[in-house]
Amino acid sequence: MSHEAVIGLEVHVQVRTESKMFSRTAASYGRPENTLTDPVVLALPGALPVMNRAALDQAIRAGLMLGCEIAPVCKWDRKNYFYPDSPKNYQISQYDQPICRGGSVEIELPGAARNVMGEHKRIPLTRIHLEEDVGKLNHFAGGSLIDFNRAGTPLMEIVSEPALHSADEAFAYLTALKTIMIYGGISDCDMEKGQLRCDANISIRPAGTTGLGTKVELKNLNSISFVRDGIAHEIARQISVVARGGTIVQETRDYDGQTGVSQSLRSKEMAHDYRYFPDPDLMPVQVDEAWKARLRALCPELPFDKQRRFLDRYKIPYTITSVLVPDRELSDYFEEVAGLSGEPQLTGNWIINNCLQFLNDGQVSSMGDLRRKLAPARAADFIRKRAAGAIPSAAAAGVSAALLTTPAEVDAIIKAQGLDSMAGEGELEQWCRDAIAANPKAFADFKSGKDNAINGFKGSVMRAAKGKADPKRVDGTLRRLLGQMGSG
Amino acid sequence: MSSELHYQPIGLLAGQLEARAISSVELMQDVVARTRRVDGRVQAFNSYDEADALAQARASDARRAEGRARGLLDGIPVGLKDVIAVAGQPLTASSRMLANYVSPYDSTVTRKLKEAGAICWGRLNLDEFAMGSSTENSAFKSTCNPWDLARVPGGSSGGSAAAVAAGEAVGALGSDTGGSIRQPAALCGVVGLKPTYGLVSRYGLIAFASSLDQIGPFARTVGDAAALLGAIAGHDPLDSTSFRTEIPDYRGELAKPRGRWKLGIPREYFGEGLDPEVGAAVEAAIGHYRGLGCEIRSVSLPHTKFAVGAYYIIATAECSSNLARYDGIRYGHRSPEATDATDIYFKSRAEGFGDEVKRRIILGTYVLSSGYYDAYYLRAQKVRTLIRRDFLEAYREVDAILTPTSPTPAFRKGEKTADPLAMYLNDIYTIGVNLAGLPGISIPCGFTRAGLPIGLQVIGRPFQEADLLAVAHAYERDHDWHARHPELE
Repeated sequence: MSHEAVIGLEVHVQVRTESKMFSRTAASYGRPENTLTDPVVLALPGALPVMNRAALDQAIRAGLMLGCEIAPVCKWDRKNYFYPDSPKNYQISQYDQPICRGGSVEIELPGAARNVMGEHKRIPLTRIHLEEDVGKLNHFAGGSLIDFNRAGTPLMEIVSEPALHSADEAFAYLTALKTIMIYGGISDCDMEKGQLRCDANISIRPAGTTGLGTKVELKNLNSISFVRDGIAHEIARQISVVARGGTIVQETRDYDGQTGVSQSLRSKEMAHDYRYFPDPDLMPVQVDEAWKARLRALCPELPFDKQRRFLDRYKIPYTITSVLVPDRELSDYFEEVAGLSGEPQLTGNWIINNCLQFLNDGQVSSMGDLRRKLAPARAADFIRKRAAGAIPSAAAAGVSAALLTTPAEVDAIIKAQGLDSMAGEGELEQWCRDAIAANPKAFADFKSGKDNAINGFKGSVMRAAKGKADPKRVDGTLRRLLGQMGSG
Repeated sequence: MSSELHYQPIGLLAGQLEARAISSVELMQDVVARTRRVDGRVQAFNSYDEADALAQARASDARRAEGRARGLLDGIPVGLKDVIAVAGQPLTASSRMLANYVSPYDSTVTRKLKEAGAICWGRLNLDEFAMGSSTENSAFKSTCNPWDLARVPGGSSGGSAAAVAAGEAVGALGSDTGGSIRQPAALCGVVGLKPTYGLVSRYGLIAFASSLDQIGPFARTVGDAAALLGAIAGHDPLDSTSFRTEIPDYRGELAKPRGRWKLGIPREYFGEGLDPEVGAAVEAAIGHYRGLGCEIRSVSLPHTKFAVGAYYIIATAECSSNLARYDGIRYGHRSPEATDATDIYFKSRAEGFGDEVKRRIILGTYVLSSGYYDAYYLRAQKVRTLIRRDFLEAYREVDAILTPTSPTPAFRKGEKTADPLAMYLNDIYTIGVNLAGLPGISIPCGFTRAGLPIGLQVIGRPFQEADLLAVAHAYERDHDWHARHPELE
């Protein structure tokens, strides 16, 4: 009997805000232990929470981007449980009225080849709610210490329907979700910094059936590839349990990405009773249409929508779009340069071959830095001159580098690199005509179908030009002239 | 310099300070001396910091000398219930759990008192975490009623009420969750005001039940209570439940001529369990209002009988969660016996909390548990809505409601400690006001034959404290109960 996996993901995303969810202390990462605290964060006697509206804005924007229904009222509940990293021993969260319901995440499955677009699917969401993060426990030989810097950071829990059916789909879902969150500026989603964390609910069922099997919750999947590996491992484990005649036990398991092994953390019997109730310290907040409209205006085009538009409008290859689109700043830069130059293909190639190189080797520190050093207008000027043949391919990288390191205009760089002495079209044409006339045999060979024969003319032209001709342009001019001439 | 500065009302003291007849230091020294003489018997304070209080008094005198006095309260010593945070001072909630805790920050009311120039004076005893009606649940000491030291001062703000009654503070702040300001005020013969929920910020008040807690003043006169309320009221961005509303000059408003009020007498508040002497004093007060030309009407608050039940579900549910932070991890008592995190919780909380606190945490945990939430917490919230509706319905006919504050005068220490339910019934006349979020004031309206004070409760419309104070003032003006003081020296 073959089995089908049913997977639902619970993704925690730290929301990017200046201050914490319920206090004015900065929400930041990598600061000295316990410096991002205040009476509210530490739950000192008498401290009270006050909602950070910017965090609610972010959650609503995330919901709007994902097509969720936004609750008319933002209501807060307390989730009660004791743990040393939780200063109040309750977490302020949203229980029965999450800020967002429904919606979906569009995902792309791996294509047949790297340069072929894969199948697209929409994974429906159950809900998104806002809550606050907890502190961090650090264990030492002599005991444990707690850093409360992270405590109170706004956190969004995004819960999918049990609608994923493989580790690859889960991987694609997380990748797409992460891209959207980064696109919207909702979160930086750096998994190493714990800004995106994932738990998976996994069950199996006989292929072709629709019921849900007993689920196992997999925790601590702290990188996207661990998510894929952990889920694949768990599906295999469940199938082998069933194959041996066993039954799946409802439990929470911990997956260790380093060793690829999972172990049981707790069974259903030990499940918490969180004693949720409405937080009496926080008043419900009305979210009216005007508020939503203001936020909707701030939502960017979704990555896959942009990719379809790029393919359609700019006619650039899928492989280029799949590099440009996931990075919002990079794709914005592309659009500006392509728009100004009217040369999308050349722009795309140049960004991928040269600009990404600048970013990779540290010549520019960020897209913002690239924009400062190489404004779209200058980049477009460069691209136009490339297209017009004023800059040969061999010189393109050098001119780009010069544009980056000096404030000089494109023409000045062309002149400085001696490229301005390039032969004009008329001069080039004359050399070509001379070369063809001087080699009647090659001409005959070419006309009889021997394409290689063109190399003979090229050699003559390049010798005559003494470096003032671009080989590609010579090739183009020769073919044009040869085409115009009769075969005899 | 008057020999008994500590028993003079704020208005009179402010006049003398302004005229330089006395200095704030002299006033503070008099209050300190009085406290030293009587607090050994009254036991109102958990602690006090004389040097800090005198330094505040000197600062007040210096301001005044430079012509920068901040008004009526500048230089007036105001005691604080030991659940209200003052930076650098102990904050114990009268619990072993916080026996050695010092607050690093000021509550909003503390900040406002300081801005008004008042002297924050001492830490006043209470029932542990404000849970109780006799101040016998304090982990440190049992405060005595200044009128009869063998009797309780009421609670939970028993220390605040006793200190004002005994002349150990000119005014004080307390907190009221189910009657914890009004009941001890009644039992100690002083004025105690619980403002409308949301009028005064709760930031820096140790929470018992967040949706019911409200800070309010104790004073010897309605005018003093009005002055203190004016200083502490107002919207606070640090408390999401605080309300944006204009704060009138409450004390100034008292002088304005008022019309004849329609006053409601709820029949449900005059039934079984009401001490006959208390009932007679309250009837006499009602008669006085009638004599002033007020229209006295009988009103009904039909859901009153459900108030105590609903209260003990909502208050305990909230406290079970609010007190979870006292876990021995970041501050407060940590059991020296504990070996791991779970052990720290169990042992520290077992050692740190007293019986009444534990009783309420257990009850609150139970009513919030999976499967019981709808039957208890949700239903109690519905009852709460009905109780509020009862009051608002009554306010269509009347301007204020008159009731006894407490069914009995001060009872003997130990009389009710073995019977929590009997203790809970002390609050039957005050609890509804908290559930409905309304303002209520207790003012002295007589004494029993044994010489124990009796309190009249006046309940007002939401955020209409000026009217409420005016009604109370109209009675006080014609009586001198507030001018009597207990024999302590």
